[in-house]
Amino acid sequence: MWKNYLTRLVQSLPFFITGLWMTIAVSAISLAAGTLIGFFLGILRTRPNRLFRYLIGAWVDVIRGTPFLVQIFIVFFILPEFGIHLDAFPAAILALTNLGACFICEIVAAGIRSVPWGQKEAASSSGLTEWQQLRYVVMPQAMRTILPPLVGQYVLLIKDSSVVSVIGVTDVTRVGWLTVQRIPHGLMVFGLVGLLYFIICYPLIRLSNLLEKKMAKGTR
Amino acid sequence: MLETFNFRVIFEYMPFFLKCFTATLWLSGVGLVGALAVGTLACAMRISGSKLLSTAAGVYIESIRSTPLLVQIYFFYFGLPSLGIMVTEEITGVVALSLNSGAYIAEILRAGVQSIPFGQIEASLSSGLSYFQRMRYIVFPQALGVTIPPMLGQAIVLVKDSALLSLIAVTELTRAGQIMNSERFMPAEGFFTSAVFYLVIYFMLKSLAGWSEKRLIFRESR
Repeated sequence: MWKNYLTRLVQSLPFFITGLWMTIAVSAISLAAGTLIGFFLGILRTRPNRLFRYLIGAWVDVIRGTPFLVQIFIVFFILPEFGIHLDAFPAAILALTNLGACFICEIVAAGIRSVPWGQKEAASSSGLTEWQQLRYVVMPQAMRTILPPLVGQYVLLIKDSSVVSVIGVTDVTRVGWLTVQRIPHGLMVFGLVGLLYFIICYPLIRLSNLLEKKMAKGTR
Repeated sequence: MLETFNFRVIFEYMPFFLKCFTATLWLSGVGLVGALAVGTLACAMRISGSKLLSTAAGVYIESIRSTPLLVQIYFFYFGLPSLGIMVTEEITGVVALSLNSGAYIAEILRAGVQSIPFGQIEASLSSGLSYFQRMRYIVFPQALGVTIPPMLGQAIVLVKDSALLSLIAVTELTRAGQIMNSERFMPAEGFFTSAVFYLVIYFMLKSLAGWSEKRLIFRESR
């Protein structure tokens, strides 16, 4: 019986590859946008301006304190009440970008705070402008702290992208969900889905570990 | 727009939401206990000298960390029946949650144990401390400070992850929002109420984590 299932599963492999591309597309777009916005918010958060700091802090808390599934539902079901009608794909991108930006903002802010205050003072008394201080003194040192958890965060976001399958984005998780209705062998079908995620995520986890070791070595 | 936001319906559904709130607390609580058990075992296997045990634990930890929880939940939900194991959705869900968080907790514990310099173990051995004394006075107090804050962070993640159980029809907070949405067609009222309940748990755990970080971390004087 399971041989029959296996043959049918192999036959529907192209379907899984299409889903995998969708997962990669959703993750790549939201990761790129989330990184940009996250860096921007993170830098803004470490500025002396209190208003920005509290506003960003509150938003980050709200996003980190609620499940991504609930956020997806809010974007997909509640934004239409505000007159914003999004298809599943843009809704998924919006929700995932927002989630990524919030987590990356925290990582970037922590990285900037890890740079000793004296460095900034020295830069400022050498006559560097605010932008130059950030660009040439603070950020290069902060990147050492930022990079390993950033790659780790990418893994978490790629995994979170599986949740967008519930609003009908045909990513690899949804392909698995659709396939298991035809091929009723959950272990096999979701084993394959898991394997596909593993292929993407495992190298990134190794990269994160490697960066962590490398960065730790540099500070000694 | 939301000018029709209906608080009356929220009050009407409040007993149901409170029931689901306790369900979420229960599911995450039981999940956390299970995860601690699984995590401790996996960590012990990982740092044990045995190559076989260590590899087995490593495979478990890496495969959990490299795949999404949703896929793991579906794996058990659709997979267990094909093995002939019929259990309720709640049990499937809690098992999936425990196995998922267990892998992360194993890594947290490992970091905690490995944070203690080997010199201290040697020093305590040569001062003639027994195994129990060594654990009680040297290893445990220091490992606790390193372990508790990320552990509470993992508890926050676990509570949020329990939302995914709504997708296999476990009645908990997110499901409550979905049910309210489908019965009254009021997505905003339903999902915002769920979100507020999650935020309550989040802020409680977060302040606990902040306190423990201040209180428990053993800092060397600079």
